[in-house]
Formats: sequence, structure tokens, C-alpha cells
Amino acid sequence: MSAIKQIKKSDELNSYQEQFIIEKTDSDEIVVAIAGNPNVGKSTIFNSLTGLNQHTGNWPGKTVSNARGKFVHKNKSYILVDIPGTYSLMASSVEEEIARDFICFGNPGATIIVADATCLERNLNLVLQVLEMTEKSIVCVNLMDEAKRKKINIDVKGLSKLLGVPVVGTCAKNRKGLVDLLDQIHNITVENQKTNTFILKYDNSIEEAIKILEPAVHKNLVGLNSRWVTIKLLDGDVRLINSINKYCNIDILENKEIVSKLQSAREYLNKMGIDNVLLRDKIVSRIVCKAEEISHRVVYYENENYNLRDRRIDRLLTSKTFGIPIMLLLLSFVFWVTLAGANYPSELIFNGFSWVEGKLDSFFIYLNAPWWLHGVLVKGLFKTVSWVVSVMLPPMAIFFPFFSLLEDLGYLPRVAFNMDNFFKKVCAHGKQALTMCMGFGCNAVGVTGCRIIDSPRERLIAILTNNFVPCNGRFPTLIAIISIFFVGAQAGFFSSIISALLLTSVIVLGVITTLAVSKLLSRTLLKGLPSSFTLELPPYRKPQIAKVITRSLMDRTIFVLGRAVAVAAPVGILIWLLTNIYIGELSILAHCAGFLDPFARLVGLDGVILLAFILGFPANEIVLPIIIMSYMSGGSLLQLDDLFQLKELLVANGWTWITAVCVIIFSLMHWPCGTTVLTIKKETRSMKWTLASILIPTILGLSLCFIITTVSRIFIN
Amino acid sequence: MNDNTFPLSYLPLGRKARVKALTSVGNTRRRMLDLGIIYDTEVEALQKSPSGDPVAYYIRGAVIALRSDEASKIIVEEIK
Repeated sequence: MSAIKQIKKSDELNSYQEQFIIEKTDSDEIVVAIAGNPNVGKSTIFNSLTGLNQHTGNWPGKTVSNARGKFVHKNKSYILVDIPGTYSLMASSVEEEIARDFICFGNPGATIIVADATCLERNLNLVLQVLEMTEKSIVCVNLMDEAKRKKINIDVKGLSKLLGVPVVGTCAKNRKGLVDLLDQIHNITVENQKTNTFILKYDNSIEEAIKILEPAVHKNLVGLNSRWVTIKLLDGDVRLINSINKYCNIDILENKEIVSKLQSAREYLNKMGIDNVLLRDKIVSRIVCKAEEISHRVVYYENENYNLRDRRIDRLLTSKTFGIPIMLLLLSFVFWVTLAGANYPSELIFNGFSWVEGKLDSFFIYLNAPWWLHGVLVKGLFKTVSWVVSVMLPPMAIFFPFFSLLEDLGYLPRVAFNMDNFFKKVCAHGKQALTMCMGFGCNAVGVTGCRIIDSPRERLIAILTNNFVPCNGRFPTLIAIISIFFVGAQAGFFSSIISALLLTSVIVLGVITTLAVSKLLSRTLLKGLPSSFTLELPPYRKPQIAKVITRSLMDRTIFVLGRAVAVAAPVGILIWLLTNIYIGELSILAHCAGFLDPFARLVGLDGVILLAFILGFPANEIVLPIIIMSYMSGGSLLQLDDLFQLKELLVANGWTWITAVCVIIFSLMHWPCGTTVLTIKKETRSMKWTLASILIPTILGLSLCFIITTVSRIFIN
Repeated sequence: MNDNTFPLSYLPLGRKARVKALTSVGNTRRRMLDLGIIYDTEVEALQKSPSGDPVAYYIRGAVIALRSDEASKIIVEEIK
């Protein structure tokens, strides 16, 4: 077995329960969980240990499902499970429940708790909660370099003494301290090194109540930490009771002994004047106070104003006057760099492919290959794939690194902060801005990301509207149409600026639509008030530029491109067949397009465009290539010498600026792609909402296109 | 509790206060406690978002944005 082997990338499509089944290829393998607050470098540690490229970003909620990877240390193999980053394990949201259940019932050999050295007190809240659950823990104080820069000193040894478990100081991005971390994992799992059970003492009356209930829990629930379960039962944690039922097959509320002891413990607490609310306050306060106490003993600030710079940046980036303009400018700037930078390489790649195509043509002719084989392979498969690659690759290779850079800096939570009031006004959740940002990459990821929203109502709104953010599959279509249709062939400075502004307007339109639809849903199908909302604004980080570039190229660009090519290849063949098999006078494609045409014309499109969107259901990337292939087979233009002849092709097929506008709007608002629909089905577990997620954008897009077409026709005639 | 207390949402930017009571209930109350907003915790109002709501507060070494709905349910006393 190879030392580092990939088993499974983040398993978005797995349901929660399935995530607990860890596939061991060898029964000796040890499961190690990695927990921590969001945004403390968990994923970086995960990647460094396993060699996997789990995407990381400086914002809460990146890891929303349990990613797994393997590593080997001292001849022992381990399975590392990256569980969602949470601030707490009180299980008030789905991700907290997943995290807690894995630590509690996933039975990991050890749990690594990653903490942020620059913000230790806050992180200790989670650390203490995990230590209450399991003593087989290792605390990893990460970002030691950032702390050093801010002149924050941490007594790692002292912390270890106070907590009773090993503590390792690391700087994961430079791999500092990771060997030490591996050794500690080895000590705990293989050598069975004893750690001290961390017991947090509560008020006397609470301790008395624990004494009443704990023996019964200990007797009836084998394998669980009885003190911890006792506290949760006293607290009346329904979600934990459900989880125990699910994973241990014991219905606690059916167990007479536990129920009667729980009853007497509660009566005792009531007698002491502690009702449920006060009990919960006391339990949580105790943890917070303990975190404060420990932090005071092990953290030394040389400079009390260590975060002054962050505050200054925040004052600018979220200011009343500049906050939103800066946001739009940044977005436009990223688009501008993408558009201006992508032009030339696109052309180059396109020419390269054309050259290869010429050679392939000669080769097939030389072989005397049958015409249909030549057609299917070269004119169908090769040509479609080359279109997809030359149109998609350059913009993605520029856009993603830039976007990742903003993520890395910690800008995205500020976007959510700036945008929150809009979401509040439409009775939606402020974190919807974050799930929308995920949607920029991939709507399916955005939909899964909605798990960071606790309230089911607001989560559903976020899921149903995620599709209004164009994912990277739709970006190239938007970019191509804007740059060739509205800006013209000359790739000048001004034209690229206009393109960037137009693209930004499209995104703004998407955001406005999201807000409008959210409001509509809040007023009708999903009535309700906004739930409580808290958002952490993490410290700004110096981005690791080289890493950001390679990571976003490897992780995102290549991955997305690969998927697009995998879909484009068979569709290319299909298109060729559809355009070359004739029924009567017309090809099958012409029949289909002709059938759709009257309807499509009503909404400003034509039959071919609508057919392309339908065939693009598996992946939106292929919509534009299908349109081009279909038009080219129509005979109006057989050979495209360069990308800018595209406009001629489109105009020759009856495109006007209205057609272009309608295609842009329809691209922004139509059914989600196949993967996204499946993900929505999985996340909502409801046919009704899945159907709604398809119908809402489709109806909206069709109506909008219809209005635009009708109005413009009235004015033009 | 004395008369100098007021909801956190009224705390001017740049000023500090101590938490004296929490009037929210249920899940919201739990969230607030979880953030470390308990009796006597020091809170500083840092920054308003462009529309004035939410406001970012400095709480136990972390910057946390709270909507006015939540902040108005945290009763504080200003540290002079």
C-alpha cells in the first residue's frame, strides 16, 4: 500500500449517517478525527498530513462534510477525518451535530483539536467541550507564526499541564510542528499513553445532581463518557438523545432506571432553585469561565493593541461610504483581470487546437477512414472538447486564484457583514452571502454549504436561491457573450473594462434576484421571521500566494475542466450525430430545434439555444459549444478561424443584442444543473422542494426574457 | 442591577461595556452564551456595517457581528 493514498474527497453527496462509515482497507488502521473552530487551519493540517488537496479558505464553514484521507507514521496507517469546523458542540446546528456525533459515536482513536493561537480563549471553548467528551485528545495550537507576529506568546507546556492532554504548537503552512503532532498521535493511539481525564467541576448542586444520575447512565450506556452524557441529559439535549438512539440502538427514554434517576436529579435541581434555563446558563458559563482562566494563565500579550491593523482595514472595508463600493470595485477588478488576461491565451489555445484539428483531418483522410468516423471523432468529439477547453480554461485559471486570494485574506466574511442587512430585510440569514460565494465555484457546493445556516426555513431559502449565482460552468458563457457581443472584437483596454462592468452588473442582477426571491419565499411558502445570527470576522491572514495559485489551479480549474470535458466529449458525439442524421430533409437537431423554435422565439431565444440549455443539463459548460456546433453544422460558416468570428456566426443565425441579453438572463436563471439538482434532493430530502428549485428560476428566467423581448419588439417596431 | 444598564445595541462605537444580563431565550440565548457572552464579560463596539446593522463587537479576543435584534437583548453597563 502506498504511503499516502487518497480514499475519498469530501463526500458532499453522502448523507450524514453514511459519513460515519469509515472504509478501512486494513483492520489495523486507526481513525483520527480533526476538529476545531472554523478557519484555524484545520484543512491545511489535513492536507499537510494526508497530501490531499482539500480546499481551504479563510472563512467559516468551508468544510461542511467529513473529508477523509490517509497517512502513515511509524509504520502505522491512519485514516484522518476532517470534521466540520464549529465554535461549539452544543449541537444547535446541523454541522455542530455532525461534528459532535462523529467525536462521540464515530469512535476515533484520537481527536486532534486545532486551535488558533491568535485567539486562544475563544478556541478553548471548543477544546474544553471536546475534552469533556473524550480524553483521547491532542490539542494543536496552530498559527503560531501569526501569534508571533502579533507578539502573542503562548505557554504550550503550561497549557498541556492545565488540560491534561498533549499540546503541540504548529505552523501548518510551513509544516512546523507537524512531526511532533504525528508523534503525539502515535503515543496516544499506539502506545496508549495515558492522558488525564479532564473534569470540569460545576456548582455543588449540579455536581450532586450528576451524582444521582451518573451511575445509571454508566450502567446502561456502555462505551460512552457517562459524565458527559449525564450533563447533557440534565440539560435536556434532545438531539443527543436522538443520536444515542440512532447509533447505540438504545432508547434512553424507555430505560426505566435512567428515566427515574433523571427525574429525581431534576427534582433535586429544582429544589435548589435551578430550573432548566439557569442550569444551561451555569453549564455554559462554567466552560467560558474556565477558558478565560486558562487563557489568562498561558497567553501573554506583549502588545495589547495587537489587532489594531485588522481594525483599521475593517474600518475601511466595511465603512458606510466605501464598504459596498469597494466590494463592487473588487469584483469588477477581478473580472477585468480575468477578461483582459484570458483573451490572448484563449486565442492561442484555440489556434493550437485548430492546428491539431487540421492534422487530424489529414490523418483521417490518409487512413481513408469512413466519413462518419472522421465526423464523430474529429468534428464531433475533438471540436467540442477543444471549444470547451479554449473558452473555459483561461478565464478559470485567472479567476479562481484571484477569488481564492480574497478567501485567504479573510475578505468573504466582511462581504457577509456588509450584505447582512439586505438579507435581514428579506427575512433571510446573513450567512446566505457566504453560501452564495460558494456558489460562485459550484452551485452544488453552495447548496451543501447551506448547512452552516441553523434555521431550517432560512436554510431552505438559501438552497432554493443559490442557483442565481452563476457558477464557474456558466461564467464562460457569460464572459464569451459579453466580450464578443457587447464589447466587440478589439481587445482594448476600454472594452475589457466595459466587459468587466457588464459582468459585474450581471452578478448584481443575480444578487438582487436572490434577495427578491428570498423575500417572496419568506412572505409565501416559507413564512417566518429571521432567526438569530452571529458572524465571526476572523483575523486577516497573509495569503500564501504561491500555494493559492497552485491549489486553485489544481483543485478547482483542473477538476472543473475535467468534469466539463468528460461531459463535453459524449455530448460532442451526440451533437454530431444529431446534426448529421437526417430524417426527411432535415437533421434530427433541426427537427428538435424547429419544434422548440416557436416557443423559444417568444422568450427572445431560438430553438437551438433552448435545445442547448436542455442538453446542457448535465453541465452548463457545454451550452455555448453546443450552440456553436449546431450553427456551424447549419452551413452558414464552416470554419471559424478565430474566436472573434463568433459574432459573425451568431449574427448570421439571427442574433441581435436582445438575443444576447436573453441568453445572459436565461443562463443566470434557469434550472440548476444535474449535480446541483441531485444535491438539493439530498439536502432537502423532499421532492417538492427539489421541484421548486427547478421551477422557480426557470419560470422567473422565462418570464423576464419574455418581458424583455416583448417590450423591445414594441419599441423597435 | 442598577440604573446604568442599557441594551448593547445602544453602545457607541469605540466604547466598552460589561454584560449584566441576557434577556434572549432558547436557542439564541444558548448561542450568545456559547460566544462567551456571560455575566461580567467585557464587550467593545468596533464597527458598524454600511447600513448600520449588524455591528461588530470585540468579545473575548474575537470579532463577532451581531444584529441589533440580538444585541438589544444583551443588557450591559458601560465601563467608564
